Amino acid sequence: MRNFEYFEPKTFAEASALLTRYGGEAELLGGGTDLIIGMKDRTLTPGYVISLEHVPGIEGITYDDCDGLWVGAMTKMRAIERSSIVRERYTALAEGAEEVGSIQIRNLATLGGNIAHGSPAADTAAALLVLDAQVKIAGGEVERSVPIADFYLGPGQTVLRTGEILTGFSMPARSANSGSQYLKHKIRQVMDLAFVGVATSVSLSNGTVTDTKIGLAAVAPKPIRATDAEAIITGSSLSGEVLRQAAGAAAGQSSPISDLRCTAEHRREIVAALTKETATTAVARAQV
Amino acid sequence: MRKHPISFTINGDLQELFVEPRKTLLAVIRDTIGLTGTKEGCSTGDCGACTVIVDGEPVTSCMLLAVSANGKEVTTIEGISSPDQLHPVQQAFLETGGYQCGFCTPGFIMAAKALLDDNLDIPEDEMRHALGGNICRCTGYTKIVEAVLSAAETMRANA
Ligand SMILES: Cc1cc2nc3c(=O)[nH]c(=O)nc-3n(C[C@H](O)[C@H](O)[C@H](O)COP(=O)(O)OP(=O)(O)OC[C@H]3O[C@@H](n4cnc5c(N)ncnc54)[C@H](O)[C@@H]3O)c2cc1C
Ligand code: FES
Ligand code: FES
Repeated sequence: MRNFEYFEPKTFAEASALLTRYGGEAELLGGGTDLIIGMKDRTLTPGYVISLEHVPGIEGITYDDCDGLWVGAMTKMRAIERSSIVRERYTALAEGAEEVGSIQIRNLATLGGNIAHGSPAADTAAALLVLDAQVKIAGGEVERSVPIADFYLGPGQTVLRTGEILTGFSMPARSANSGSQYLKHKIRQVMDLAFVGVATSVSLSNGTVTDTKIGLAAVAPKPIRATDAEAIITGSSLSGEVLRQAAGAAAGQSSPISDLRCTAEHRREIVAALTKETATTAVARAQV
Repeated sequence: MRKHPISFTINGDLQELFVEPRKTLLAVIRDTIGLTGTKEGCSTGDCGACTVIVDGEPVTSCMLLAVSANGKEVTTIEGISSPDQLHPVQQAFLETGGYQCGFCTPGFIMAAKALLDDNLDIPEDEMRHALGGNICRCTGYTKIVEAVLSAAETMRANA
């Protein structure tokens, strides 16, 4: 690893000032599980590393029925998967967090790092898409909020500008008649990157699906919503025929690549299969 | 490059060091402090050989900068036994033969200890899944799983 100057700002203002001073030569350090890999193989050679660990107010999970869920950017995956409110109401997010690496990695990896890194295969991205997350971003005095659907620009690229820090994610409150699931297709059960990741979230009213959101990871240059499939499911009571059509529509909206691990065609088949399965589970969870 | 003063406890002893920010906790544990029980397999977070416990939670020490350990409590494989008695997980690996070359063993033992400290009644399938971040090239895992199950039994009996 090339050497660098290291900072541990104790306030947000200090972090922000350092980031502004060193600009493009600085990297923020969350849990480091992406950054340190990049620094070890020297694809990243920052002159300055700014740790966010001691910046107050950007870690933790809070919930209330009015404002919904807030998860700070520095919250560890392990804390997210262990949170009872996340497991209960924002199930897909707990399942996404739980898919990241191993326990040892999840004790380091943060939600903010997973998203800021910009990987189209990030395991929490599809869940955040279907749970309607707003990404909270602050730079200097200015704060902004960006819907997660608009946060990604392409592989490794996000709307984060030099000098900005991702502070957290907020998600609207969810009623008891909603349900969600994230499923990841992989070869090895632990520590494998997603071939395909699919999250589905639904709300039900009298047996009819009143709202559907489907998020796809690892099958397009960025995580995307399968809006055609959503439209097919919303208003239905999720019959076999509806599921079949929605699965086909989701596969049609994906644009996966072929690589050593898997062909694009096979990835599309997996999108279809996981769309069916997550929609079925999300509806079942909404009913209990 | 500016070195940073850090202090943390390792196996109960306070260490006060000056470290280059690029040094990982693993490098400092092995090369500076001289505790070589913790192993470096992949150095990319994939194999678990470098697992240590920081503030009660297992982490891959190759993926953590030593400067980030400042103020924390670190436990390595050298810190879990007493002079006259192995930790039940160590004892179980020994008795069951949960190792061959032994390179993955300290990491497995630390990950298993942390897991059992969290939940002594963890079912076998969950335990296998939870140890998925540790790789062994020798044993085929059967004996490792047996060791962890046997350690859990001993620890339950002593609880
Ligand atoms: C062995 C291993 C297995 C893995 N398995 C998976 C997996 O299965 N699924 C998966 O999705 N990922 C996986 N990863 C990738 C990684 O663990 C996750 O993406 C993790 O969530 C990154 O978070 P971090 O806090 O470690 O990020 P860091 O490495 O600290 O940061 C990542 C990037 O985001 C920037 N950043 C961090 N925090 C902020 C912030 N608050 N504001 C602005 N920018 C920020 C950093 O500057 C850096 O560029 C794995 C990594 C390893 C090493
Ligand atoms: S050496 Fe750290 S995980 Fe392999
Ligand atoms: S005993 Fe040799 S790697 Fe596990």
